[in-house]
Amino acid sequence: MNAAAESTFVADPYAAVGEVVIDCQVNKIFYGDFLAVRDSLVPIEKHKITGFIGPSGCGKSTVLRSLNRMNDLIQVFRFEGSVMYHGQDVYGPKVDPVLVRRYIGMVFQQPNPFSMSIYDNVAFGLRLNRFKGDLDERVQKALQRAALWNEVKDKLKNSGLSLSGGQQQRLCIARAIATEPDVLLMDEPCSALDPIATRQVEELMLDLKKNYTLALVTHNMQQATRVADTTAFFSVDISHGGRTGYLVEMGPTAQIFEAPREQLTKDYISGQFS
Amino acid sequence: MANLFASAGSASSVSGPPSGGDYAADSIFRGLAWLSAFLIIALTGYILWEILREAFPAMQAYGLGFITGTTWNVNTGQFGVLPEIWGTLYSSLLALFLGGIFGIAIAIFLTQDFLDHRVATVFRTIIEMLAAIPSVVFGLWGIFVLIPLLKPGAEWLHSQFGWFPLFSTDLAGPGMAPAALVLAIMILPTVAAISVDAFRRIPYKVKEAAYGMGTTRWEAILKVMLPTASSGLLAALVLGFGRALGETMALAMLIGNANQISLSLFSPANTLASLLASTFPEAGQLEVQALMYAALVLLVITFIVNVLGLAVQQYTIRKFEGKK
Repeated sequence: MNAAAESTFVADPYAAVGEVVIDCQVNKIFYGDFLAVRDSLVPIEKHKITGFIGPSGCGKSTVLRSLNRMNDLIQVFRFEGSVMYHGQDVYGPKVDPVLVRRYIGMVFQQPNPFSMSIYDNVAFGLRLNRFKGDLDERVQKALQRAALWNEVKDKLKNSGLSLSGGQQQRLCIARAIATEPDVLLMDEPCSALDPIATRQVEELMLDLKKNYTLALVTHNMQQATRVADTTAFFSVDISHGGRTGYLVEMGPTAQIFEAPREQLTKDYISGQFS
Repeated sequence: MANLFASAGSASSVSGPPSGGDYAADSIFRGLAWLSAFLIIALTGYILWEILREAFPAMQAYGLGFITGTTWNVNTGQFGVLPEIWGTLYSSLLALFLGGIFGIAIAIFLTQDFLDHRVATVFRTIIEMLAAIPSVVFGLWGIFVLIPLLKPGAEWLHSQFGWFPLFSTDLAGPGMAPAALVLAIMILPTVAAISVDAFRRIPYKVKEAAYGMGTTRWEAILKVMLPTASSGLLAALVLGFGRALGETMALAMLIGNANQISLSLFSPANTLASLLASTFPEAGQLEVQALMYAALVLLVITFIVNVLGLAVQQYTIRKFEGKK
C-alpha cells in the first residue's frame, strides 16, 4: 500500500447482523489541531462483545471514550460525526453528557475505586440514580456478578482501596453494573491485572453479555479471540507527519483473525508489528 | 569497603564500587539529618522546660484553681484564666468555622475546573499573599475599618434579636465578632493553600470514575472529591485552628481584653495569647509566674488540639483510604 492510498483508505463498512445499539460514525476526532481519528464506522451490536484492537496510538480508546462522551472532560476534544443511540445522536445539542453516561457505563484501564467503603462504592450509582428499592440486595447481586462477593462479604465496611488490584478492578465492574446500564464500555480493563484476575474478568464479560452490550478495548489479541464476537481493527496513519488513527477492518472475530481481508490486519495479527 | 565482586563482569564492563568519598558524603549527610532532628526535639524540650520552671511557683500556689478561676487581679493576688481559655477556644472555633468554609470553598473553586488554569494560579497567589500581611496591619484594619463597618449591623441585630444569646450585648468597640472575623481572614490562606493541595493530589482517574458514573459536577465534587480529599482537608483545618489559637497581635488589638465569659458575639473578651502580650510588659515577678502558667495552659491546649486532629485524620485515612 503506498502512502497516498493509505491516507485516503476507508474501511468497508461492517454490515451488522444483529440489532445495533450504538451506531458510531466517526468523521473526524480532534484534540485541538491534532486529528486523532478519521473515517471510522463502528456499529456496536446488542448482547455482543465488540473488541477494539490495534497498535498504540491508533485511536481505539479515543473512539470507545467518544461513545459515552467521556472525552468531553478534555477541553480541546472535538468530535465530528454521530453516535446514534436509541434514535438520538449522543452529540446532539439537546443531549446532556451526564445522562449518556448513566446509560452507557464505563470500566477503566486502572482500577479506580472511590475512597469509601466497598459497599458505598457499589451503592454509589444506585444512590446517584435515587434507587428506592432494596439497596443491600442490589449491592450483593452486583458483587456476585462481578465474582467478588465471596471475598468481600465479611468486610463490606472496609475501604475499597484496601483490596488488591484485581479485586479493585472487579469492584469497579460491580460499581458499573450495579445500576444495570444498557451498555458497558471497557477500556483495557485487564491491563493492570495478573493472568488469574484477567481470566476472572473475561469470564465475567462473557456472563455479562447475556444481559448487556459490551465494547472492549484490548491490547491483548488472545483476549479479543477469547471474548469478542465482533472485532474492529484500527491502525495509525503516519504518512502526513501526524498520527491519525482509522478503522482498517471490522468483522466477526473469527473472520478477522483467520481470514482478514486487509494486508495490514494480516500483518498485525501475525505479530509483524504492534 | 573491599569490592567482593572485582572479578565479575567482562573486560569492558564499567561496574565498580562507590568511592570512599561517596561513602563519606553518605555518612556526613546522615549525621547532619540526625543532628537536625535531635536539635528540633531538644529545642522544643528546652522551651517547655523553661516555661515549666518559670511557671512552677505559680503552679504550686494556684494549682488547678488557676484554670477554673475567673478573676485576674494583681493587687489581690488572684489569678484565673477560665475567661481566657473560653475566649481562645470561642474565637478560634468561630474563625475555624468561617475560615474553614471559605477556605475549602475557595480550594474547590480553584481546583475543580471552574477557572482557566492561569487565572486559578493568579487567584491562588493573591490568597497566599494574605498570609504575608503582618498581624498588626490586620489589627489596625480591624480597628479603623472592620469595627465601624460592623457597628450598624450589630446594633440592629442586638435591638431586634437581643433575646438570642449570640446577640445579647451591643458592640461597643472591640469585641469577639471583629476579632473572630479578622482571625478567619488570617487563617484563610493556610486552610485554602493546604486544601488546594489536597484536591490537587486526587488522581485524574478518580475524576474519570466519578464522571463515568454519570455524576454532575456538583455530585462529583460533593460525593467523590470531598471524601477523597478529606484527610488533607482535616490537616488544613487542624493547622488553621492551631494558627488561630496562637494568634496574638491582631487579637490583642481587637478583642477588647475583658476578663469575662459571654456567648455574645459583640461583647469584649480575652484570649490566652493576647493576655500574655498585653500584660507582660508591666508585670511584676508574681504576675510573670502566673503568665508563664497561662502560657503553659495555651501550650497544652495547642498540643491536645494537634493530637486530636492527628487522631481524626488517621481515622479518616483508615476509613476512606483503607491504609493501616
